[in-house]
Amino acid sequence: MDLMKQSPLGTWLEHCRKGELAYQVCTDDNSAVFYPRAFAPKTGSENLEWRVSKGLGTVYTTTVVYYKGEAPLNVAMIDLDEGFRMMSRVEGIDAMQVKIGMRVKVKMHPGDEKQPPYPVFTPVEGGK
Amino acid sequence: MSADAKGLKRGGIAVVGAAESDLGQVAPNTTPIDLMAQATMRALDEAGLRVSDIDAVLSSATQARYAPSALCEYLRIKPKYFDGTMIGGSSFMSHLSHAHAAIQAGVCEVALICYGSTQRSVSRALASPREYNPFETPYRPFLPASAYAMAAARHMHQYGTTREQLAEVAVAARQWALKNPKAWEKEPLTIEQVLNARMVSYPFTVRDCCLVVDGGGAIILTSAARAKTLKKKPVYVLGVGESLGHLTISNMPDFTVTAAAQSGPQAFQMAGLKPSDVDMLSLYDAFTINPILFLEDLGFCPKGEGGRFVSGGAIAPGGRLPVNTSGGGLSYCHPGMYGLLVMIEAIRQVRGECGERQVKDCDIALAHGNGGVLSTQCTVIFGSENAL
Repeated sequence: MDLMKQSPLGTWLEHCRKGELAYQVCTDDNSAVFYPRAFAPKTGSENLEWRVSKGLGTVYTTTVVYYKGEAPLNVAMIDLDEGFRMMSRVEGIDAMQVKIGMRVKVKMHPGDEKQPPYPVFTPVEGGK
Repeated sequence: MSADAKGLKRGGIAVVGAAESDLGQVAPNTTPIDLMAQATMRALDEAGLRVSDIDAVLSSATQARYAPSALCEYLRIKPKYFDGTMIGGSSFMSHLSHAHAAIQAGVCEVALICYGSTQRSVSRALASPREYNPFETPYRPFLPASAYAMAAARHMHQYGTTREQLAEVAVAARQWALKNPKAWEKEPLTIEQVLNARMVSYPFTVRDCCLVVDGGGAIILTSAARAKTLKKKPVYVLGVGESLGHLTISNMPDFTVTAAAQSGPQAFQMAGLKPSDVDMLSLYDAFTINPILFLEDLGFCPKGEGGRFVSGGAIAPGGRLPVNTSGGGLSYCHPGMYGLLVMIEAIRQVRGECGERQVKDCDIALAHGNGGVLSTQCTVIFGSENAL
């Protein structure tokens, strides 16, 4: 990756703006890489390919944050089926009903002036 | 004499001074460096040494990006060796390990490790602003609490650990704190009170979380040979271990296993000891899950058994294993980066100067530091002359 022309985070954010959850695969060993990098972990290899995740994953762990004067906020770690983990939140259900092992699907939160679009998750209907 | 992988000699250096600064809430406009200097003078006094004897300074603090420079400027020290390693609350165990190498190599002779914080006075937001992370900040985790809460949730899911067992850790800390005149908390605490307190980040209530207070500390180290000539009975460094896991909680491979599983065995190997040899533990208890994880990872109980291990007052006064006899970060003092105070309590127990909370015949004490969000784990084993 020519860091004079593009950056790992910049490329990832472009995917987010298109509604895509992107990740990288190191083609040397087909390992998923996340967060995005210019060089692969352990080897420093530059053989990193961008892929778009199917967006399906499982809740690895979860918490509910209680900020004063706000509704309880879910924060969770999601294990994506392609083999990478990310922090996110599960929306569309009560924050305390987000359970470890729950199947979830990505949707892109639109963000606002300050915050670019970012991936959040919703429960998979009938998912187990 | 055994040595670790870095060639550090068991018992090669000793603590000759260890002191807190004033703790709790200090006067307005007191600086973190004022507290470092205060603790330093108290520690020097214990050793019978002067500022001019210090030839190495190791420090880090969230309010002083160049901490060694700040303290050296304040006390006009020209150190031969200095180290500003910043890996969070375990930095000071790491400093001790580095001082060990430097003293053993003859680079310096009298090393000062110091810390200061006024986070209660100036607020945590000002004392320790968080770095922006594009993969975490948008989700607004309440860090560091939410990171530890997610580790606790995973431990509960995987091993059946309960909120009551987490609360046991807070209650034990409070019972010890009531025996420590310097502890911030002065009132008894029950499991029900922990469970029913204000929820912060599930499964943690505010009573599962460490205190936010001002404070600091200092430790003076020198070679074992020189230590024998000084005022205070030496406390020897028998073993050290350092292990770097990750930075962000998103990148912790298994939320139920910390890098203490490496730092602990390193320290035990250097010390030529095993967990059953340890008379007391001082474990960095930023949150109630911490001692549970560390008891497992340091080998005091099998993985997954930590919750059951601490039940029934097992780590409280009169229990089977004395843990965090100062009252810990949960009830004694937590000035932002608590690792230095974690070591001070272990040192005092080995000296036998802990009064009502003194562990009988305490010759070997383990101090374990935690940095970041279960990120960087460092272990130090201290021993008396009997343990050499």
